[in-house]
Amino acid sequence: MTGRVFVGQRVKRLEDPDLLTGKGRFVDDLRLPGMVECAFVRSPFAHARVGAIDVSGARAVPGVIAVYTADDLPSVMRGKRILLQVPSPAITYPVTQRPLATDEVCFVGEAVAVVVADSRHAAEDGADRVIVDWQPLDAIANCEAALKPGAPRAHLGHPDNIAARQHFAYGDIDAAFRKATHTFRERYDVHRGTGHPMECRGVAAVFDAVSEGFRIWSSTQTPHNTQRAVVDMFDMAEDHVRVITPDVGGGFGPKNQVYPEELVVPALARLLGRPVKWVEDRREHFLTTTQERDQVWDVTIAVDADAKILGLKGSLIHDAGAYLPWGAIMPYISASTLPGPYVVPAFKFEAITAFTNLTPTTPLRGAGRPQAVFAMERLMDLVARELELDPAEVRRRNLIPADAMPYNMGLTYRDGAAVIYDSGDYPKAQAMALDKAGYHDFPARQKAALAEGRHIGIGIGNYVEGTGLGPFEGATIRILTNGRVAIYTGAPPAGQAHRTTLAQICADELGVTPDMVDVVMGDTGAMPRGAGTYASRIVVVAGSSVRIASREVVGKLKALAAARFKVDPESLEVLDGKVRITGTQGDEVSFADLAKMVSGMPGFVLPPGVAADLEASSYFAPAQATYSNGSHVAEVEVDAETGLVTILNYVVVHDCGTVVNPMLVDGQVQGGVAHGVGNAILERMVFDAEGNPLTTTFADYLMPTAEIVPDCKIVHMESPTPLNPLGAKGAGEGGTIPAPAAIIAAVEDALKPFSIRIAEAPISPERIVTLIAEAKEQP
Amino acid sequence: MDDGRFRREISLTVNGTPRTATVEERYSLADFLRHVLGLTGTHLGCEHGVCGACTVLVNGDAVRGCLMLAVQAEGSEVTTIEGLAAPDGTLSPLQQAFMDNHGLQCGFCTPGILTTLTAFLRDNPNATEPEVREALSGNICRCTGYDTIVRAAMSVVRGGAA
Repeated sequence: MTGRVFVGQRVKRLEDPDLLTGKGRFVDDLRLPGMVECAFVRSPFAHARVGAIDVSGARAVPGVIAVYTADDLPSVMRGKRILLQVPSPAITYPVTQRPLATDEVCFVGEAVAVVVADSRHAAEDGADRVIVDWQPLDAIANCEAALKPGAPRAHLGHPDNIAARQHFAYGDIDAAFRKATHTFRERYDVHRGTGHPMECRGVAAVFDAVSEGFRIWSSTQTPHNTQRAVVDMFDMAEDHVRVITPDVGGGFGPKNQVYPEELVVPALARLLGRPVKWVEDRREHFLTTTQERDQVWDVTIAVDADAKILGLKGSLIHDAGAYLPWGAIMPYISASTLPGPYVVPAFKFEAITAFTNLTPTTPLRGAGRPQAVFAMERLMDLVARELELDPAEVRRRNLIPADAMPYNMGLTYRDGAAVIYDSGDYPKAQAMALDKAGYHDFPARQKAALAEGRHIGIGIGNYVEGTGLGPFEGATIRILTNGRVAIYTGAPPAGQAHRTTLAQICADELGVTPDMVDVVMGDTGAMPRGAGTYASRIVVVAGSSVRIASREVVGKLKALAAARFKVDPESLEVLDGKVRITGTQGDEVSFADLAKMVSGMPGFVLPPGVAADLEASSYFAPAQATYSNGSHVAEVEVDAETGLVTILNYVVVHDCGTVVNPMLVDGQVQGGVAHGVGNAILERMVFDAEGNPLTTTFADYLMPTAEIVPDCKIVHMESPTPLNPLGAKGAGEGGTIPAPAAIIAAVEDALKPFSIRIAEAPISPERIVTLIAEAKEQP
Repeated sequence: MDDGRFRREISLTVNGTPRTATVEERYSLADFLRHVLGLTGTHLGCEHGVCGACTVLVNGDAVRGCLMLAVQAEGSEVTTIEGLAAPDGTLSPLQQAFMDNHGLQCGFCTPGILTTLTAFLRDNPNATEPEVREALSGNICRCTGYDTIVRAAMSVVRGGAA
């Protein structure tokens, strides 16, 4: 029995008051006595041997305290590389970065030395004075070219550029293609961008010589991964390494990695015996923070006379960049996402991961899925065009029907479990999106616009997204002696408002209001085990743990109160921070008094059967991923002279199962679509043929702004999953995943009179103008 | 201290309080506020004048704290995120509107957006939505997709006080 129900409500965020008044605490806001700052000396070449390093000039700079190369770091670090986070037998060369590179650098920005000074300004002055004998090597800057015979090798120690090979198959693909009435083959190119949280990365560290332990603050999505990497690098006991995540100014995937600076800064703190801080600047972020999305697809689809899919086959090349910090997960996700919400009876695919001398790639909001959805949805549009059918109708004929749920699509997911779509109604999602977008009236709108000389178009993007991955994310719930409730959980937020959502879930169970709940997150000292904030998993996994542990605490509260009142626990209820006998006015005891009773008061005897704590922990471990889904419809106008794309209308139907806080899910979807707008028409990380990054400011690399991002019309469908006690599925990435597919389909539709085909993302105004010009030259 | 670094003493008013401090001449106003005065609410997102996270008010105008040197602020009145709420802690109508409309997620860009919109809505109390979006176009927010920020600003326009 609880009081108000908060799950499902638009509860305002507990995070906001501090963040609105400048009281947020981000890594760069930490100011510890004696703290010094540092700057890294980074490679200006995409591939080079590292010769002698002369640091004498740097040591002479006013304010510089020390300069270190790899040879000067503690001996325990010698020869080591950063712990590979996601090993896999498919990886042929599991190479990660060293804390500081020694003999070879493999991308522009890889660090070889670090300068410590009394200010960042002085440290940068020092870094400018470090002289490195760089011996440039041939670089490979394109993942497709990397696989060609004779291509420059990204790593001298590896005989070719193949990082991993993965194969996927089910059904009889040959029979499917023999039966096909039509087959269509297409190539798709998707380019890389990056997360660009507004707060760059940062790390600060203290080494306590007495306890021989580190305290490390990092702007990360996963303090426990950082802890594991530090433990591995320094060969220490886990409880001597405490990693704390302060407020994090956005993550979007790239902050889920462990970076060299997270190992070097602690090493410096140990060497110098004083607090050390490093905060990445935006240029460093462009060079060194992981990126994603460069993939080249070659896909063939087989359909029957009614446009029903018979089979899909092909291959993709995934650009790993220079290292594999997160293994080869993205191409795996890409290939297994390709069939998506459609019935695909036979499937055969190969994913090759290639090394290049570019910034390493790791999952970025969507993690391999935007590319797959782009390929699949473009194929649906291709089939529609070739068979002269409506694109929505082609999709409708192929969508998995609701009564087929749960649906085993035939592949194995990255978690090793079969891909079984757990719940959802994909045809209904599309139908709702089409209705909301006025799809059926669109031909008339398009005709009228064209009569005025305006080119408008409409596009659809459907997707299914594996979310809420295990292995676990735990929660401990504790009743404090001040009567408040505390939640401890491992994974930190980066804007998603875990504090609010987890407090809502807890509040419902404990009969309190969310503002009575304190949430401690992202501190390995408070929660010994954790995975991290990625894969749209926190509400699913940590939220379930909160619910389970909260229920256990309610049982303990009632057991203690029952002993005190000498009644049956069944006759008690929790409400407003008290336990009371159901239906009576008088007999009640506050959480605070109960917590004090078991706080270790001398002489107090615990009643029989009552535990000495008012706390419980749960590590909810889901058996498999939950599959969210959605349908996006974009309507755009394209200026055929300038190539400028304006998004006129954008509809999202989104199904993430039980919605804990609709306001926050709306925010995730809207923000996700904004990122997808960037991936569709703006954001492209450009490198030259030698691997030099060319877009290293926000003036060159265009981020979505308020004048470009549409106000999405968001419709929630709720198909609760049977796989967790909340019925929730992930919501953080679905806004981004189908957006490039939908927007680019709409651009192509708008330019129908020019008969252009767009098989790449993003598409710039310049490229649109070029495609139109090329189409005009065709006879 | 003569160590080859050029420093200068400056006096200015920050959030209504007169402040005098010594600063390296090359320090940006944002670095000065953060590192010398300890006002860490002003955030640096790009340090090349595009993202707008470091925006503060200098004599009432929205200014990029990363593009102005601290020494240029000599004698100025500077308002930062720490100075937007009333002295008793009551949020300004715009701050409250951000809370009510979910106008922030990670909160890192928020100080610059609040200062930008505070100045804009003061000068344009009857702004339209497209005007608000244009005013916001120099501030990058990666989390929200802007919609809720625009909604918060428009609720202040309708309410009649920023």
